[in-house]
Amino acid sequence: MSTGNTHHYAHHFESAEHEYESSKQGVWIFLTSEILMFGVLFVGYMIYHHMYPEMFKYGAKALDWRLGALNTVVLLTSSLTMVLGVHYCQVNNKQKAVMNLAITIACGAIFMVVKYFEYSHKIHAGKLPGMWFTADTHGFENLPLYFSFYFMMTGLHGIHVLAGMCLILWVLIRANRGEFNENYYTPVEGVGLFWHLVDLIWIFLFPLLYLV
Amino acid sequence: MAGAGSNYLNHEKGIMSWLTSRDHKRIGLLYFYTVGFFFLLGGIFAMLIRTELFSAGMQFTPELYNRFMTYHGVIMVFFVIIPGIPAILGNIIMPLQIGARDVAFPLVNLMSWYCYIAGAALGVASLFMGETVLWGIFGGADTGWTFYTPYSIKFSAANITAAFAAFVAGFSSILTGVNFVATVHKLRCPGMTMNRIPLFVWALYATAILQVLATPVVGITVALLAMENIFGIGFFDPELGGDPVLFQHFFWFYSHPAVYIMILPAMGVISELITAFSKKTIFGYTAIAYSSLAIAGVSFLVWGHHMYVSSQSEIAGLVFSILTMFVGVPTAIKLFNWLATLYKGSIQMQSPMLYALGFLFIFTIGGVTGIFLATIATDVHFHDTYFVVAHFHYVMVGGTLMAIMGGALYWFPKITGKMFNESIARMSFVFIFVGFNVTFFPQFILGAMGMPRRYADYLPAFESLNRISSLGSYVIGFGFIIALYVFINGWRKGAPAPANPWGAKTLEWTVPSPPPHENFDKIPTVTAGPYEYR
Repeated sequence: MSTGNTHHYAHHFESAEHEYESSKQGVWIFLTSEILMFGVLFVGYMIYHHMYPEMFKYGAKALDWRLGALNTVVLLTSSLTMVLGVHYCQVNNKQKAVMNLAITIACGAIFMVVKYFEYSHKIHAGKLPGMWFTADTHGFENLPLYFSFYFMMTGLHGIHVLAGMCLILWVLIRANRGEFNENYYTPVEGVGLFWHLVDLIWIFLFPLLYLV
Repeated sequence: MAGAGSNYLNHEKGIMSWLTSRDHKRIGLLYFYTVGFFFLLGGIFAMLIRTELFSAGMQFTPELYNRFMTYHGVIMVFFVIIPGIPAILGNIIMPLQIGARDVAFPLVNLMSWYCYIAGAALGVASLFMGETVLWGIFGGADTGWTFYTPYSIKFSAANITAAFAAFVAGFSSILTGVNFVATVHKLRCPGMTMNRIPLFVWALYATAILQVLATPVVGITVALLAMENIFGIGFFDPELGGDPVLFQHFFWFYSHPAVYIMILPAMGVISELITAFSKKTIFGYTAIAYSSLAIAGVSFLVWGHHMYVSSQSEIAGLVFSILTMFVGVPTAIKLFNWLATLYKGSIQMQSPMLYALGFLFIFTIGGVTGIFLATIATDVHFHDTYFVVAHFHYVMVGGTLMAIMGGALYWFPKITGKMFNESIARMSFVFIFVGFNVTFFPQFILGAMGMPRRYADYLPAFESLNRISSLGSYVIGFGFIIALYVFINGWRKGAPAPANPWGAKTLEWTVPSPPPHENFDKIPTVTAGPYEYR
């Protein structure tokens, strides 16, 4: 590649490096805000878990930890391929970058398919949030609350997985056009940071919901 | 393109060039128009409230009153005061003050305005909803701006939509916050160290941190409230094992810092005004700068003072009470530093300065009555009375609106390139200042006498003070009409403004009025602090 390698940074930055540093910081600040948003659900979980420990223990039994573990492995793998995707963009290897980004999206899709089966199983069994809960509570009268947490936490996370997949698709298309190179890979890295956060949140959700 | 006389207002033409603009100054003006519109709307609701309370007995129906009260709160808080200073004055002035060509992420900045518009559209749509989506003209949310459970979990399309409007508007606030933090970190011009940035920028920086950290909490909280309405998830519903007070905790975890999102930028504006119109270096730059951060920090630890009487434990109440009083320390630091700046300054009583002095007077009363409310023993009596209403209006209206007005007049020549009519502007101050005190001072007395807030009616014994208060609100309304005239008349017919009409020292006054599209022909290099007067 010759002239195509220089990136035209926006007019209010001094250099491409300056733009890269600023954009990366912006993504980090945004991620803090994401953490606070999930934080509310985690705090709510903590409070109700403290109030009804036995009920939460019983509720967790309804989930299949093997499916949760499978999804954990899938997401961890996707984080690896995401990192590789960023790396290959940085070293001008378009083909491998696109391939790794595609695998990342595929992992996200597998995650969502597994989630779909888990959800439909629970919906079928009447284990729905709050007032829609129709299954037997087995004496734990607040059991519906557990499923409220399950659906709200995994639901919000699922929305983030979908959003992440869309974002990765966007950088994949751009990578395929050859827009990224050693001098310019900011969007891939930013999307990567977001994807790692989505992964990280699942790392907390898995033990809290499936293993407690 | 760029030639003599080319500036950000005329370098591109047509409505689309505004709606797709990434220029921070144009986006600031877009915010100015929309926020101004909602301020008018919220003000009309305020006067409808005061009209209902003009006499004992009902003037409107109680249902209608609840809606006036809710929309006055929702509009003024989420659509006027929170975006007010950062999104209008901050957007336009902050990059100029730190010697940048734009904010860090111009596209995100534009997106934030569209989030605001989407939220605002939802808010307006909810006016025509009730329990169902198509309710008719006299619908609307009726929960109050706090959306307290358990009342708000009773299904109502209007309540969900109004809450969702706040959720969407929250994104606009987060995006502004992200943008400003990155801008202050990364886009300062050479020589502009953190200890040389103007105090307005310090205040916006502290505010932006709050916007980023607190807003997502209320976002997810009102989203959960919507889920509660639609799916009955039970987080806040005691019938399903949930806890309604948890909603209050989540809500105030945002909404107390939100109070500082409203007041910190106002304090920043006041710092600029006081020093510019005293022609004197600001006293205690460092103390004022860091007290902004201190207020932002403490603000996350005080939300429990809204729940002294909502089943919170006594020990928690005690801790929150002490922490709340800590807020008084950095606030007083600012106040005394402003007073010290005035001392032996060459004070010029221009209209922006009048608003700044009005701020000092009103905000001090608001701040000190905050200590009354932080004290558990007195709060048990004052809780949910008009004393609280008077207190937060003294802070939010007397504080933030005074600063918005002062700041808007101060930067008006820079933004529009025109001068406004000074004597009419002073008149607007007199009406707003007097009207404000006439409206809200009686409410302290009413609250101390035990008049509960939010009720559509009151005992006949409270009538005379309520009448005074209502009359005062019309005086404020008149004052703002005069202010509107000052702005419109100034923009249309004002004399051309020089680059630096006030003789101020910060960077935005070194560029022509109105500034060129790119702000600076050449990025300046700073060698001294922002307020080198004498």
